[in-house]
Order: sequence, then C-alpha cells, then structure tokens
Amino acid sequence: MRQFAELIKTLDSTNKTTLKVEALTKYFNNAPDRDKVWTIAILSHRRPPRPVNTTLMRLWASEIANIPLWLFEESYHIVGDLAETIALVIPPSSASSEKSLNQFLQEIIDLKPKSEEEKKEYLKDNWLSLNYYERFVFTKLITGSFRIGVSQKLMTRALSKATDIDEDILAYKMMGDWNPAKTTYTKLILEENEEDFLSKPYPFYLAYAIEDEPKDLGDVSEWSAEHKWDGIRSQVIVRNDELFVWSRGEELVTDKYPEFEKFVGVIPNGTVIDGEILPFPEGEIGTFKDLQTRIGRKTVSKNLLKKTPVILKAYDVLEWEGEDIRQRAFKERRAILEKLYTEVKSDELPLHLSHTIQFKNWEEAAEERERSREVKSEGLMLKRLDSPYLVGRKKGDWWKWKVDPLTIDAVLTYAMRGHGRRSNLFTDYTFGLWDEKKEELVTFAKAYSGLTDAEFRKLDAWIKKNTLERFGPVRSVTPHHVFEVAFEGIAESKRHKSGVATRFPRILRWRTDKKIEEANTLEDLKALIP
Amino acid sequence: MKNTPLLAFNDKGIYCAQADVYLDPWRPVDKAIISHGHADHSRWGHKKYITHHSNIPIIKHRLGEINVSGKDWNETFSINNVKFSFHPAGHIIGSAQIRVEYKGEVWVFTGDYKTEDDGVAKPYEPVKCHTFITECTFGLPAFKWQPQEEVFAEINNWWLQNQAEGRTSVIFGYSLGKAQRLLKYLDTSIGKIYTHGAIENMTEVLRPQLEMPETTRITRDVKKDEIKGNIVVAPPSAHGTPWIKKMVPYVTASASGWMTFRGARRRRAIDRGFVLSDHCDWQGLLSSIKETGAEKVICTHGYTDIFSKYLREIGYDARTEQTQYEEENAEQTSKTEDE
Repeated sequence: MRQFAELIKTLDSTNKTTLKVEALTKYFNNAPDRDKVWTIAILSHRRPPRPVNTTLMRLWASEIANIPLWLFEESYHIVGDLAETIALVIPPSSASSEKSLNQFLQEIIDLKPKSEEEKKEYLKDNWLSLNYYERFVFTKLITGSFRIGVSQKLMTRALSKATDIDEDILAYKMMGDWNPAKTTYTKLILEENEEDFLSKPYPFYLAYAIEDEPKDLGDVSEWSAEHKWDGIRSQVIVRNDELFVWSRGEELVTDKYPEFEKFVGVIPNGTVIDGEILPFPEGEIGTFKDLQTRIGRKTVSKNLLKKTPVILKAYDVLEWEGEDIRQRAFKERRAILEKLYTEVKSDELPLHLSHTIQFKNWEEAAEERERSREVKSEGLMLKRLDSPYLVGRKKGDWWKWKVDPLTIDAVLTYAMRGHGRRSNLFTDYTFGLWDEKKEELVTFAKAYSGLTDAEFRKLDAWIKKNTLERFGPVRSVTPHHVFEVAFEGIAESKRHKSGVATRFPRILRWRTDKKIEEANTLEDLKALIP
Repeated sequence: MKNTPLLAFNDKGIYCAQADVYLDPWRPVDKAIISHGHADHSRWGHKKYITHHSNIPIIKHRLGEINVSGKDWNETFSINNVKFSFHPAGHIIGSAQIRVEYKGEVWVFTGDYKTEDDGVAKPYEPVKCHTFITECTFGLPAFKWQPQEEVFAEINNWWLQNQAEGRTSVIFGYSLGKAQRLLKYLDTSIGKIYTHGAIENMTEVLRPQLEMPETTRITRDVKKDEIKGNIVVAPPSAHGTPWIKKMVPYVTASASGWMTFRGARRRRAIDRGFVLSDHCDWQGLLSSIKETGAEKVICTHGYTDIFSKYLREIGYDARTEQTQYEEENAEQTSKTEDE
C-alpha cells in the first residue's frame, strides 16, 4: 500500500504531465504485478463494487472522530471529498501498512457480503492504523474514483515506457470488460491472446472542436463532412456470430439495445462499425431526452422498445473481414461501409448511414452547418479524406464544427460548493428566469463551468458576503448577477419546475453590464423550443 | 447604561462605549487599539493608534507616519476607568490579544492567534476572562496541524530534492508573518535564500527585532544561473506573474493552513502544499477557549456559524458577530502585499 499511496501522493503533488508520467513509469517498473493490474484498473475507473454505503461510512467516521454527525457533514461540504474528509477528521496516526494494494483490494472485495458490524470493525481498524495519506487512499479505494489528473492516455504512455509496448496496442488491450481480480499482468498487458479479442472494441478516435475558420483547414476537396449526431457514440462488433455494443465510456451496453441483435447473420462476422446510437420514435430521429429513457435501463420492456426504438447511424468501419483496417484512408473505409450498407439495408434493420457531404467551398459548408438544428444534429464533423482512424483525441484530421449554442440571460439565484479542485469554493450555480409578471425568478438550469478561476474566486467572495439563506451546502443569494447561459438543446419537460429542460447548460459570459431587470423571461426561453 | 455590553460590534469595529475606543476597527475612528500588523486588523485612517511596541515599525512601514503609542506585554493602561492590556497571541511577531476590564468584568479579544510556539512570535498565553472574542479561521475538525519541526523537515527535504533534480524551489507565504517563519527555519546548509521584494522589505523592517538568516533580494541584477537550485520566498500574489519566469526551471509550494485541502492546492496550480498555519487548528481553538474559563464566546471570522453551533452543543453561550476581518479567506492571496 505504501508504494501505491506514494504514487498517488506524487501524482497529486504535481501539475506537470512529464513528472506524472515519470512517477507512473517508475511505479510500473517496480511494483508487484498484482498491484500493477489493480493500479491500471483503478486509473481506468474499474473499481470493485462499493462494499459499504457512504451513509454508514459517514456515521462511523463521525463516531470515531468523536464529533456529531452534522459537524462531519458540514466538514464534508467544505472539504468537498468524502475520503479526504474522513482521512482528516479521524485522529492522526503515523503508521504505514506493509500490506500490498492487491491484499487491500482483495479484502475490500471480501468485505461486501459481511455483516455491518464486521464492516465497521474493518474500516475502523484501518482508519486508525494508517497514516493520513494511506488512510485517504484506502478510503478512496472504497468510495470512488481517484481524480488526480491522470487520464487513461497518460497512464498508457507511462505503461508504454515501462513495457516498451506500443501505446495504441496497450490502449486496445486495456479496453473492454476485464476483471482485475481475475486477470494477471502478463495476461492483460504482456501476452497476446486471441480469445480475449473477441469482444474487444478499438479505442475511439475523438475530434477536437475547430479553433479557427474552417477555411484554414485548406482545400475543401480534401475533406468529407457529415452531420454530428447527438446520441451515444458507439462501436458495434459482430464476430463469431456474436454481437457486442460498446459505448464511448468503454461500457459494454449490448443488453441495453437488443435491437442490434438483428445485425448478427446479416452483417458479416469480423465487422466493427463506429457510429452513433440514436432514438428513433415514430420513424424519425428523436431528441436526446428520448434516448435518456433508454440509457439508464439494463433491461428494456417491450413497451419502451416499441415507443423509443434506437438505430445505429454508421460513421465508419474499423474492422472488415476480420482485419483491422484503421490504417486505411477514411475514403476507403467509407467505401466499404457504403457498400455494406447498400447490400444489407432494409426497413427492419436498425442500421442507417450517416451521409457524407462534399462541398465546393467552405461557404457552402457553413450554410449546411446552419441547417444542423433542422435535421437534429449538433453541427458538422469534418474528416480528412485520406486520414487513418487514430486513437484518442488527436488534432489534425478530424474536427467537430458545432453550431453556436442557444443562449439566454439569467440571474444567479443559488450557489453550492464544488468538489475536487473546487472544494470550499462556490462554483456550482443555479440560474433563474423571470416569470410572466416579472416578479419572481423561476429556476431553469444549473451550470458548473464557463468561468475563469479568477472569476470563480471573485464570485465566491461575493456569494459569501451576499448569502440570504443556507440549506446545508446550498446558499440562496441576493439576485444581483446576470449571466449569459448557453445550452445545446431545449425541450419541454414535466420533471422541471420551469417546464423546460436544457441540454449541457454552461456559463458563456458574466454580464456585469446587465441589471437583473434586463434578464430574460421564461417565456423567452420557451420561445426557443423547436 | 447597565445593559450596554462592555464591547459591542457596530459598523466601524468592536466598540467599547465606556472608553470610547475601538478594537481593530475597519473604518476610520478617533482612537483604535490594534492587535497586530496585518492589513485587515490595522487599517488606515485612525487618528490615534495604540498597540504593542513590536507592531509600530510594521504599521508605520505599511501606513506611513501615524500617531501611535506603544505598550509592553501585560502593561495596563486605563481609559475612563476601563483597563486595557496586551497579551501574546502567538500569531505573528507583535500579535496581541487585547484584554478589557471594567468593574471586574473581563473580556478578551484574540485578534488572530495560534497555540503553537513558533519561535518567532511571543508564544500565546491564555488569559482568564468572562467573555472571549475568538477568531475561528480554521474552526473545523478537518484542521489539525502537525508540529512545525515535522513540516520544516518536509520543506527542507523538498528543497533538497528539487536541488538534486536541478530545479529552483519557490515557496509562497504572506510577506508578514509566514515569510519570517519560513526564513527562520529554512536550512541554509542546503543553499541560498532569495526573496521577492515585498518579502525583503517587510523582513528588513523586522530584522532589528528578529534573528534571521541572510537573504538576497531578487533584483534585475540577480542572474538567472545563480538562483538555480536555491530557494525563493515569495508572496502568494507573485504566483503566475512574469516575475517568476526568472526561476525557470522551478517547482512551487505554498505554506498555509489551507493546504490541508487537496482542492485548494490543485486549483492554484501549485506543485506542493505544506500545511503550516499561523492560526489555531480545531483542537487549538477548543483548548484555548477552555483555558480562558470563559462562559461566553463570540466568534468573529472563519467558519463562525459551524464553530459557534458546536460550542453551544458542548455547553458554551456562543454566538457569531459579523466583522470585516478576512472571513473565509482561503481564496485571497493578499494580506499585506497588495497594498
């Protein structure tokens, strides 16, 4: 554990990527294999299931710290991280554990079926016998993911340095549904194993948002454009008469979308399609809200399947006839995809093609982009015709060119303390719009991003001085500040008090030039519903 | 008159009506009794200042020529039959608690204080009183300070390691108080100590009163190469300014109680946080309140609502009063350097 805690401490103690990679590489060179597997699992968000619920953990921690529960809760709101709060309030210890990370995780897995009393004993013993940092890490292993600024990409880079295996190959090996308790380092990382590859998806290639004018991308004839659909980016795999559906979050979601079972037997074995899962109620592309009725469910009722079926809008083909064709040019891959589509398409098959468009000039492309909302897309994707399919977010060959967001001027009404990097700082905001009589502000959205650190600090100081009421971590504030809030989409909603749900709201600008009377009304917002 | 409290909180500061004086007022008044030299406690514009001797050079350095009289520790002076005296608060050099007594009733105002003897400020002494007006900047059970020997061992180790890796160490701390505490305990066998102008200016003012190692001010004439591997002490406001480019390649650290929170360090993009505070931690607050024997406690700045609620639960008559001392100042980088 000491070694792993040291690693986390080092990663946590620097903002410099090179130092993080250095620390990880050193760890991968020295740690026991079992610990390495767990480290890879933890840093790629594959924790064992939580053995104790956090309500109990809070209760026990406050008991051991000899403070009332309310005081523990207040401290948690301010610290902004449960494991950190627990590690801080429990009486200090300077001991260090000789047990390995693997042993700890095995114990945590074994803890799950045990009685409450046994669980409490186990946590108490460890909390009291580990030093601050090990205690924090130990609690984190139980409660949640480590947010320490280590992306999967960064970890892969370090692992590549330690093993001399190509980064892309490692990224591929680490994808999918492997169990850190069962696999070994040799099997997961070092060995090549054909069978394991049956369900494995390829790492997704992700685009950056376009920075300048698209005309800076050069000759329009070198580019292919298509609409950017707003669903779940997915890979659909057909191999050995089996179907696997992977979401971009590397989650195996095959069971959630039984519609795609129809692909088996129609789409040839050894095919991997990159596409977007979209809701398709009443034979038309629906809204993201429609899709949300499907996302949360593991099993889908017949009724829902009928009401909100899904389709796959195909973008690309990554594997064809069992061969990895990612290195071939985009136009070649598209030719394969289009040929396949023409051969198999039918009204019964939930496979649609994301049509590509070729423009004569960039002005024409800009016009098409303006039509995005009409066709229910988020904007355009631009892909270089001769580009390979890369791994991860890379600049150069693929760009997303989204439509400008919808915006509205709203008043800050409530604020809540943030988490992680923003702990003890009021950074989570609720915004209101005026009702018909312009007398009351009706809450319509929450937003957490869009201000600079300096603006957050300034607003935080203001909130602390202008609090009206406190509700635990939430404060109502004097209506005073107007913000331009941007969002991607809007739809009616019965769940929201305002009657409207917005998609991905965030702060665009702090309108210090506007008084609250000049903020928009709820009616103004509703007028934006398509 | 009978119901008038000895000390009351109004829009200018903490007011003693019987003596017609203010303690650490935040607006200009005729007569001010000052606890210590930080800008939020000794403000500009009062006609007359009364403070401990040690604070006079600090306040004059910040505010220029002022009408000020100095007192000794425990020296009692009377104003209209109210007896006042200064008692060590241990926060920074010269920092005092202000004891106020009238007709046998005793109040103590802490200003800012800490219970650990840091070897720089005269150590905190508990003062018996009926009503204790306390800060509670770190009034949460999450705050627990390690002994400073351990923290300085970590700081010096960090410096040594950076030096071995060919990097310059830049450590941030307030120019009054934290900076001198750092200077005193940095291990000069490792290398040289360089200072930012704001730190050097304040340190110069304090040298007659404090024994401190040699420091070199970073001026235009100081060459980049000579700084390498050494340590630089700078105010928090210097972080992210062009000034710091001269230290490349460098590693940054901050020494503050707020470094308890991982988030506080990360959002400032500082590489390393050392938990080193000039305020009381949770236990320090509780034990010092107990030692005063006070029944009534008034919390002035920090996590006042939470802390006073807890005090009420454990049997004190505790409440919160609004002041303009830097409440919840985790996000502020200025105590004196922005002046």
